[in-house]
Amino acid sequence: MSAASRPGRRWSFPIAIRVEPRMEQPRGFGTAVSLGAVLVALLLGAVVLEIVGGNSLRAYSYMLKASFGSLGVISDTLVKATPLILVGLACTVAFRMRLWNIGAEGQFFMGAFGASAVVLAPLVPPETPAWLTILAMMVAGFAAGALWGFIPGILKARLNVNEIITTLMLNYIAIAWVNFFIFAVWTEGGFQMTRVFPKTAWLPRLADFARQVPQLRGITLHLGLLFGVVAAVIIWWVLDRSKWGYEIRLTGDNPRAARYAGIRIALNTVLVMMLSGGLAGLAGMSEISGVVHRLQGAISPGYGFTGIIIAWLAKLNPLAVVPVSILFGGLILAGREIQPSGVPKMIQGIVLVCLIASDFLVRNRVLVVRRTPEA
Amino acid sequence: MDPVIILQAGVASGTVLLFATIGEIFAERSGVLNLGVEGMMLIGAMTAISIALVSGNPWLGVLLAMLASGLISQIHAVIAIDFRADQVLSGLALNFAAIGLALVFGESLSKAGALPLLPRFSIPLLSGIPLLGPIFFSNQSVLVYVGFLLTPAAGYYIYRTRPGMHLRAIGEFPAAADALGINVSLLRHFYVFVGGALAGLAGATISLAVSPGWFSEMTTSGQGWIAIGLVIFAQWDPLRAAFGAYVFGALRRMILDIQGPTLLLGLANPFFYNPYWGFFLQMVPYAFTILFLVIGSREAMRKRVGAPAALGQPYVRGERGL
Repeated sequence: MSAASRPGRRWSFPIAIRVEPRMEQPRGFGTAVSLGAVLVALLLGAVVLEIVGGNSLRAYSYMLKASFGSLGVISDTLVKATPLILVGLACTVAFRMRLWNIGAEGQFFMGAFGASAVVLAPLVPPETPAWLTILAMMVAGFAAGALWGFIPGILKARLNVNEIITTLMLNYIAIAWVNFFIFAVWTEGGFQMTRVFPKTAWLPRLADFARQVPQLRGITLHLGLLFGVVAAVIIWWVLDRSKWGYEIRLTGDNPRAARYAGIRIALNTVLVMMLSGGLAGLAGMSEISGVVHRLQGAISPGYGFTGIIIAWLAKLNPLAVVPVSILFGGLILAGREIQPSGVPKMIQGIVLVCLIASDFLVRNRVLVVRRTPEA
Repeated sequence: MDPVIILQAGVASGTVLLFATIGEIFAERSGVLNLGVEGMMLIGAMTAISIALVSGNPWLGVLLAMLASGLISQIHAVIAIDFRADQVLSGLALNFAAIGLALVFGESLSKAGALPLLPRFSIPLLSGIPLLGPIFFSNQSVLVYVGFLLTPAAGYYIYRTRPGMHLRAIGEFPAAADALGINVSLLRHFYVFVGGALAGLAGATISLAVSPGWFSEMTTSGQGWIAIGLVIFAQWDPLRAAFGAYVFGALRRMILDIQGPTLLLGLANPFFYNPYWGFFLQMVPYAFTILFLVIGSREAMRKRVGAPAALGQPYVRGERGL
């Protein structure tokens, strides 16, 4: 019987797409889907580049060479990856508890400010030995970032104020705050920067040992990378092995269950936001002490926002944050010279869109089925 | 520093926030939180300039800006509504992607020549009203007047019309709306589109009327996020949104203008091109947004009114939900 002759029944498309929740996942399936999503994102980015009149293939191969092509640029990539590891961890910690800290950028700036204050205010006398100066800068950077996480944390815990918007607004406030100091208070001859820090406030670099090992000449990799890697291991241990980490994860997955279990959600909200802000602040400290050696305006090409994408690409796994950050460090490094200058930002954005969309495939099976006449 | 001129300019720059905020109110009323406002505004600003330059017609620029931002909003709509991903993340993703696209496509716009702008005019009789006339109805861009019309229209639509009732239903109780034969998913897509189109209009308002030109990310400078904050302050009501938007617009203008004159209220102006105060003044709109949120959250908690009940919840047919 043909569909048209049956009264009350419309013709329907013979093939349908059925979606059903995936009960179990093959091993490595999630990773494979994520990698696929990144490839699709690069493809979409290439399409846009072709539309605006660029040569996408040349752009990509240039970017690859500019970030991983030689030992020198690999070192530069790792230098860019250093703050990314720390902000990536900052976002990971907060996101595990479903706290949307979008303020890593501002916390990064406040961390740079706190570390600078140690040298420029000065909080320690100029003749302090290097190791103590750097330790003080780490503490001050962490504390300033943590303060910038404390504000949205306490507002969320006490008044249930949306932390997304407060952390974002605090980004703009932090940048204006730093601008105030580099333009007005600590300015060097009216330029938008402070004077160069004394050598005791510089994180040691591999290039410093070039006299003993000539191969290290020009290798700018600094001690900050070690902060990042050590922090990744500590955060992994805290989140996946400690009781507090269990509380954080439980609160993120099921706040109601956490409340019944007697977990102090308000307290943890404040503490996690402070830890998150502190890690981002440490990134700021590491960047000015290891790379820039002064406080100035352009210290971040949006590290704080890239941290969000890194945390998500690493599936909120602190150890995976390290390799993902290195990839994004390469992207940012290559992006410095590529035109149009918005390309790395665009690629990052498209990567995040594809990643979140692809999660659908991890959670669900998509089946193409033939419709039977009875259905 | 004439207060009337500041308020007049404040109404103009508040119109940007007004469009973006009312757009977001439509999306959130339907149950979809869209954090991509900043990015959609930037797409709108970029499209408006590009099209106006190419065609010489600013109206076409506005129209296509709305269309472009509406279309790009559907990235979020598909991921959040159909793929049921976390709306916070999906909105952020849209935001990053839209900002990146706007920067890449807008790369050469900062060097572009003279822009064809939208007309400015005074409303005959109304501009004669003392005080209010010069502030609201004199020598404003046509889009400012569109804003005056949009506010009551949006309020009427949401509270008094049948489609407005459906809009509130899918944001409050999608399962019941579904049972009545309302297509929840389709309508949510539509209202996310409306939100995107209005964000695009907000962007076009910046680039073709209020502060013409392309300054890459500084074009919007966080106004999209302020708009999202204003939605909470406005408790999802267009009239309160208009009030908040104009107050913020005036505030933003005052910060620019207060540094100009040598005398303030007959005294030496402490803000006179003073770098010390300038940066603190820049913080004011953002600090005010936080303050607004604190006040709004307390009021919302006390009165137990506010967010649409299903805001942020994906709707799955057949599952027991709100």
